[in-house]
Amino acid sequence: MKIHEYQAKNLFKEYGINVPASKLCEKREDIKTILSNFTFPCVIKAQVHSGARGKAGGVKLAKDYDSAVKIADSILGMELKSKQAGVKKVNKILIENAVDIQSEIYLSFTFDRANECIAFITSNQGGMEIEEAAKNSPDLILTQLIKNNDFEPETLIEKLGFNSDINKQICDIAKKLYKLALEKDALLVEINPLVITKSNEVIAIDAKINFDDNALFRHEEILNLKDEKEENPLELEAQKNGLNYIKLNGTIGCMVNGAGLAMTTMDVIRLAGKEAANFLDVGGGASSEKIEKAFRLLILDKDIEAIFINIFGGILRCDFLAEGVKNAIQNLNINCPVIVRMEGTNKEIGSKILNNSGLKFTVVNDLNEAIEVIRKI
Amino acid sequence: MSIFINKDTKLIVQGITGKEGSFHTKSCLDYGTKLLGGVTPNKGGTEIYSLPVFNTVKEAKQELNPDASMIFVPAKFAANAIIEAAEAGIKLIVCITEGIPVYDMLNAKKAVKLNGARLIGPNCPGIITPNEAKIGIMPSNIHRKGNIGIVSRSGTLTYEAVYQITQLGLGQSTCIGIGGDPIIGTNFIDVLKAFQDDEETKAICMIGEIGGTGEEEAAEFIKDYVTKPVVSFIAGLSAPEGKRMGHAGAIISGGKGTAQSKMQALTQAGAFVCKNPADMGINIKKLFS
Repeated sequence: MKIHEYQAKNLFKEYGINVPASKLCEKREDIKTILSNFTFPCVIKAQVHSGARGKAGGVKLAKDYDSAVKIADSILGMELKSKQAGVKKVNKILIENAVDIQSEIYLSFTFDRANECIAFITSNQGGMEIEEAAKNSPDLILTQLIKNNDFEPETLIEKLGFNSDINKQICDIAKKLYKLALEKDALLVEINPLVITKSNEVIAIDAKINFDDNALFRHEEILNLKDEKEENPLELEAQKNGLNYIKLNGTIGCMVNGAGLAMTTMDVIRLAGKEAANFLDVGGGASSEKIEKAFRLLILDKDIEAIFINIFGGILRCDFLAEGVKNAIQNLNINCPVIVRMEGTNKEIGSKILNNSGLKFTVVNDLNEAIEVIRKI
Repeated sequence: MSIFINKDTKLIVQGITGKEGSFHTKSCLDYGTKLLGGVTPNKGGTEIYSLPVFNTVKEAKQELNPDASMIFVPAKFAANAIIEAAEAGIKLIVCITEGIPVYDMLNAKKAVKLNGARLIGPNCPGIITPNEAKIGIMPSNIHRKGNIGIVSRSGTLTYEAVYQITQLGLGQSTCIGIGGDPIIGTNFIDVLKAFQDDEETKAICMIGEIGGTGEEEAAEFIKDYVTKPVVSFIAGLSAPEGKRMGHAGAIISGGKGTAQSKMQALTQAGAFVCKNPADMGINIKKLFS
């Protein structure tokens, strides 16, 4: 789960990490009131779940009140485009005191999958160009794998090349950030940049945290930070129904049991010259009610021209599936082509239910047949 | 021969009285697995399917001396269940549970290593040696005894491969789902090595998916060590970057973990990589005969 920068900064404050004074603004009519209490220059930052906000025009420096009002007015409500997140509407902005930057540091803790531990990463080349630095001079990116739970960042931080007073402040922040990561089940905590000001203060001017979805059961306080406006409405609807759904860009809606087979089904659709409209895993033990819910979700997507159901019945029985599909088509008035491939437990009973329903299906026996049928849509 | 389990493997089930646990206990019993009993805290002294239930793995170990444990404990408690099994001296731990927090698994894996146990999973369908023993949730009837070893990160996609192989008149030596999480106990290399060393296994089917670098590492291992034919399929060629495709571990991030990279590595290592998942079985048959 992702949270906004301002929420991450609130968590930083809880852990005693220095951040600039700031104010959140969600309504256009509040802009002037908030800014009238500010000192300038200030920075206005779009609060959306997207990287590279600066490059997309979502972060700007304002030198006085008038320009700040103008900038705030243009960013709040704008549509921010980025390669990673697509187009996102800005519903909130963070107005923050600007700081005098002497140096910019990169600092993060991330779960390192290959090494199965948390990795501490830092660099004195922080800021917008960190990815360039990583590519062109990887020796400037310093990494420490934390194999046992005691974390001593001193040696690595000394290599950043600052004086001992600054080093001490960075170490202190690193330790607090590590504590945050462990206590809150964060798989990524990143400060980029961590700024050293001209008066030798160390302060986090950006903040990014991603949490382990599987650990949210023990962090109600984090779950409460979820911003539903940042989620795709179809995906949100799916979550509420316990379905594993991701909206994609194609036109063939698909419903599958199991994540691996669901991905494979998307690949099969591509082999037929089409693209999947979604990833949808109904899970191992789906009931006919759940199948019907999944169907409801699929047809909410206006992009689909056909539906492909691919179920390998193990625990999920084919007769339950067939019953769910039949009910869904009857109740929901579906008129796009529906292609069904089912295999496994009670396949014969399932086929009979579909064939005797009087409804229109294309039943295919294996994935190659499915490819042929989808190609002709 | 087979790998990791056979007809003599003695099994207990952690979470044996739960909905999932009891359902699959029955299915494993029906398959002929030597399932001796199970564990559910506060249900010690009761019985299920005439099998004894204990409060702790330690008690079950003392009374039944099992070789293996299958875990159906809910995600919140599953990491502790793994640790309990490892500390009680169980040598093969198969964890079916999905959704265990990453940092919990870091601790569980340490305990598994420390106690010299093998963990399969979590978030996996388990392991089956056809006609001998099933420790998992896979549909029994699609399997057939034979000489193809199957290893996969997925559940239903494994069934798909098994089914195709069985339909073509071939069978399986052992099938293992290693799990779809970022941290798993037994990885591709562990299983490939065991299949290579197993006399009964004549060819290997390896099914990977996007995310992580397990397949690339496996490719290196195949190049150096595996002489048996390997047929592979990688799921997720059409998956977008940055989206988690159901499995916690199935995500392309920072350009890493793509299907292309895995397919290329495996091809270079001499494995046959299927572009069409419908052709897994037929390609194995070609290489096998």
